[in-house]
Amino acid sequence: MYAWIFRNLPGPLWVRILTCLVLVGVALVLMVEFLFPWFSQFTTLTDSTIGLVQQP
Amino acid sequence: MAHQQTTAASAAPSAGRGQQQGPGRPLRASDVIRKISQILGELLITAGVVLLLFVGWELWWTNVEADAKQTEAIKSFAQDFNGPLEPAAPDVSVDYGVPVVGTAPGYGGMIGIMYVPRFGADYTRPIIEGTDSGVLDTLGLGHYGSTSMPGAVGNFAVAGHRQTHGAVLDNIHTLVPGDKIYVQTADGYYTYVFRNNQIVLPERTDVLLPVPTQAGAAPQESILTMTSCNPRFGAQERIIAYSLLESWQPASAGPPSEIAAQVAQANGKG
Repeated sequence: MYAWIFRNLPGPLWVRILTCLVLVGVALVLMVEFLFPWFSQFTTLTDSTIGLVQQP
Repeated sequence: MAHQQTTAASAAPSAGRGQQQGPGRPLRASDVIRKISQILGELLITAGVVLLLFVGWELWWTNVEADAKQTEAIKSFAQDFNGPLEPAAPDVSVDYGVPVVGTAPGYGGMIGIMYVPRFGADYTRPIIEGTDSGVLDTLGLGHYGSTSMPGAVGNFAVAGHRQTHGAVLDNIHTLVPGDKIYVQTADGYYTYVFRNNQIVLPERTDVLLPVPTQAGAAPQESILTMTSCNPRFGAQERIIAYSLLESWQPASAGPPSEIAAQVAQANGKG
């Protein structure tokens, strides 16, 4: 899959390597900004309050 | 990763591997299976890497983010704070009478700063109104809106994360009876003395009562209650730390001498 993506990227080798790095960077940003905060609500590590006394 | 891909890319055409489906070459069942298992394997490796990244994010990056936000909150509090940053009479304990009790700010408003020397000389964390994730995940200690304000007779209760998002109460179990906990608000400084720990189940809302765990009792003392998750790296229980108000001094009197350096540092940044 990744090999296929790499083969089908346009440009010479160094452009393709650069494109890959940019794609990985974009994926990281998306994960940190959206995926991880969303996933975090399913872990219990962050429960530090008592009962359900949560203010809006 | 790039290196692997490079070799795969260059090797594939020359070796004429099954991945290439040139015209006229019949697609065999084994090729399909190999392809599917390769994609599946790569997806599984990706999922593993993403999960590892998530652990890193949760245990490290959220702390970096929260620390930055909290420093900012303390800065803005310091800008509005009026009062000397030097202790007025370092070794004379003056009785300033009944503590002034401020009014609770709205959700997200800042109540003050907490100093806990036991947690480190630079332990200065903002106390924010509200205990949902919007407050606790970035801004530090969250005040239970149903409880009193600092200095009031009754229970002033705050929650904080143990490992993630600033890890404001990571060392809550290291408190020793007699340890001082200082709360600075716009009105002044409230000195609490740690009394005891209690480990309870998450549903035990009675620890937030004016007299903790004693329903209906009339409060006589001012209590500071801190709640966090327990055990570390888990959340099956809650650890509760109770402290009693020992003394109070107005902002005009300057900070208590034990935390004078921290107060000057935290407030001088503004």
